[in-house]
Amino acid sequence: MSDNRRTFRNPADEGFATKLVLVGLSLVFLAFFLFLPLVSVFVEAFREGWVTYEEALTEPDAWAAIQLTLTVAAIAVPLNLVFGLAAAWAIAKFEFKGKAFLITLIDLPFSISPVISGLVYVLLFGSGSLLGPFLKSYGIEILFAVPGIVLATVFVTFPFVARELIPLMQDQGTGDEEAALSLGASGWQTFWYVTLPNVKWGLLYGVLLCNARAMGEFGAVSVVSGRIRGLTNTMPLHVEILYNEYNMVAAFAVASLLALLALVTLALKTLLELRFGAGAAGGRH
Amino acid sequence: MEVRINNIRKEFDRFAALHDVSLDIASGELIALLGPSGSGKTTLLRLIAGLDFPTDGKIFFGEEDASHHSVQERHVGFVFQHYALFRHMTVAQNIGFGLKVRPSATRPPKAEIKKRVSDLLDMVQLSGLENRYPNQLSGGQRQRVALARAMAIEPRILLLDEPFGALDAKVRKELRRWLREFHDRTGHTTVFVTHDQEEALELADRVVVMSQGKIEQVGSADDVYDRPQSPFVFSFIGESSHLPVEVKDGAVLFQGEPIGLSEGENTTGDLFFRPEDVVLTDEQHALSGKVTACRRLAGTRIAEIDIANNGHAPFHVEVEVPLHAPIELGAETRFRPTRWKIFSK
Amino acid sequence: MTASATASKAGWRVKQPSIIPGFGLTLGFSLTYLSLIILIPITGLLWRTAELGWSGFFAILTDERTIRALTVSFGTAFAAALINVIFGTILAWVLTRYRFPGRRLIDAMVDLPFALPTAVAGIAFASLYAPNGWIGSLFMPFRIAFTPYGIVIALIFIGLPFVVRTVQPIMEEIDGEVEEAAATLGANRFQTIFQVLLPSLTPAVLTGFALAFARGVGEYGSVIFIAGNIPYVSEIAPLLIVIRLEEFNYAGATAIATIMLLISFAMLLVINLIQAWSRRRYGNV
Repeated sequence: MSDNRRTFRNPADEGFATKLVLVGLSLVFLAFFLFLPLVSVFVEAFREGWVTYEEALTEPDAWAAIQLTLTVAAIAVPLNLVFGLAAAWAIAKFEFKGKAFLITLIDLPFSISPVISGLVYVLLFGSGSLLGPFLKSYGIEILFAVPGIVLATVFVTFPFVARELIPLMQDQGTGDEEAALSLGASGWQTFWYVTLPNVKWGLLYGVLLCNARAMGEFGAVSVVSGRIRGLTNTMPLHVEILYNEYNMVAAFAVASLLALLALVTLALKTLLELRFGAGAAGGRH
Repeated sequence: MEVRINNIRKEFDRFAALHDVSLDIASGELIALLGPSGSGKTTLLRLIAGLDFPTDGKIFFGEEDASHHSVQERHVGFVFQHYALFRHMTVAQNIGFGLKVRPSATRPPKAEIKKRVSDLLDMVQLSGLENRYPNQLSGGQRQRVALARAMAIEPRILLLDEPFGALDAKVRKELRRWLREFHDRTGHTTVFVTHDQEEALELADRVVVMSQGKIEQVGSADDVYDRPQSPFVFSFIGESSHLPVEVKDGAVLFQGEPIGLSEGENTTGDLFFRPEDVVLTDEQHALSGKVTACRRLAGTRIAEIDIANNGHAPFHVEVEVPLHAPIELGAETRFRPTRWKIFSK
Repeated sequence: MTASATASKAGWRVKQPSIIPGFGLTLGFSLTYLSLIILIPITGLLWRTAELGWSGFFAILTDERTIRALTVSFGTAFAAALINVIFGTILAWVLTRYRFPGRRLIDAMVDLPFALPTAVAGIAFASLYAPNGWIGSLFMPFRIAFTPYGIVIALIFIGLPFVVRTVQPIMEEIDGEVEEAAATLGANRFQTIFQVLLPSLTPAVLTGFALAFARGVGEYGSVIFIAGNIPYVSEIAPLLIVIRLEEFNYAGATAIATIMLLISFAMLLVINLIQAWSRRRYGNV
């Protein structure tokens, strides 16, 4: 063809070199801040082989920490799940004054330092408070005991389920519920057969994130726990103790379990997003 | 600026969007590219703009071969279907953008840009809105901002993609008339894409009817409406009905019977006619069928007629009938086209 | 008469009428739970601070160590949020614009900081960036871990998803026509990106920055391992709260927590203002 022939450049395109640089930059950045840290957890955990790894996890204190973590999550997650459903129902299905303020309040724990989340319970139930000594006289221990850990965990994971459900249920409006009611369904039946199936994937997504945070919470729990080995030590706290004792392999072994939990959470979350679109899983965390 | 399009072909991943299209556009003309979706009209517009590159063929702006010029070098004003206004810029900043991004050697001084923006705002009748953001404007206003922005770079030609597509019916009619006046005043060579034939026929000097990546016909509104050159144009523009016929010894035969029309050469093909080009008749040699429905359409009445087809699904045609002579449903009606065209198979 | 009575009643009504049942139950439960878990404990914190009186409160805040800790927390969070704005935006660009092998995986992994327990991230970063760690050794004699730079590193990790996940959806929404429009008006690719595309992302970038910053200021678990925790140098405010608690200096802990809480509220307000401003001007967030 003619000599003025040039290759056509799409006007909305940067060219290969720029793309390569940007992708390369992103990969290097992620390697330093995401991938290497993640890989290092597993490398350090298996530094002395499988047997040492297994011993670190089956040792009684580690085992107690694992059990406590599971127990705390098993209490905190259902509580916040029920709250999330109730709050989303009230907020998404009704118009009332102060709604925006209520949503802001629900979001509050996201913007509070975890240490403060623990501190508020120390102030409420500690030795200098009114409630603490009163409960103690009845033999009820909150601080440096399991109830305190549960409370702190509930505080930090408070918004997760509600945060996923509110926008989802707002998008869906009230048409389906009104139709069900007009067909003679009761309130519970409407909720059970119409609303819940509509939001189940968003609900699952919220529960997933809530659970990951509940099992992994460190700051808030560390303030209220007292770190009594075998009794009030959760897995993240146990990681800290082992690390501070320079027992690196054991620390990373327990950490690797938590990292695995994070990876499973991410995998399930990605699966949910792929299957049901980002719409089933909107909201910020 | 005249534009010549020579044997343009465009393929997207083996799918041919345009086959060998040629078109000459005279300087100052207002041209409509009309066709159903998928006809290649928007592709052709984007090729003229330089937003896409032809697989083969050339595009000339005047004497200059623009085929290999980038979109920036072509200096065309392009108004996008959804306007593509920059939402973080005010109306004035949107309009001045094309001047601001020029290299310093050709960039007008700030005061001059301001003056030009204000003149353009006058021209599109939006003075006073310069500090609004696009989000704060109505659809019609956004449309005019997009036009002013395209005009700011003193384009050699103006290209509009479905310029009225996103507007409601009333605004659309107003803007259509306004665009015609605007064109007459500025005299820019203008090409716009539309799927709305009414818009194309009313607005354009010449209409380019496209179908399946080919140009079917180029001509004035009268040409494409009164003298359609292909079955596609006949059925795409305006209302029409068609019936399979045969021409034998000068007579047009339908289902083997003469229908009182004469034609030159022997052939088989489709007889096309418009509802308004029909008379009711009592004569023996005519078309006849049963009226299945009758509806009022503005100042006329349209009868839907089924013509029996030997046990197959009947042929369905529509004819205009006098308002004052109501037709009974189910009645056998005889009619004959007064103007028609036969396209050979 | 009836009409006017209803109208005046409607003006006072808290809730719009609806045929859907369960408003009282769900809102009542939500408010009770919210009060017990969040509001009463936080009020307790503010109450304790009020007991300190202005002079007591002020004395703790103007203490040199407190000021230094707050400076470290805010300074490092600001630096990390700034770095995240740059790399987060590049990352969001790469993920929305380019197709390359591994993109899906990277997209999913961006959420790792949301899912990975902070203590795990903490020990991983500490060992990676320590002078003898994989990355730390590359930069010797410049020390990253156990200095404020280490804190910045940890906070980059923590804040990254906030920026990416705020900017990414807005970037995906950008209409391709906008870029083509800029090109037809004569803008080159550089001008299109820097004068058209990036400025339209400003509200999202600001929101992402504010979220990452707010989270960084309060972060505890991932920081304390890598920070070195040297008083006046690399001691963060949340850690100082914990230290004061361990000294049974409740007043000290309370005062620092209150000032951090107030700043969190301010950040929340700023984020809401950015979004309201952006909605007003651009029609969406």
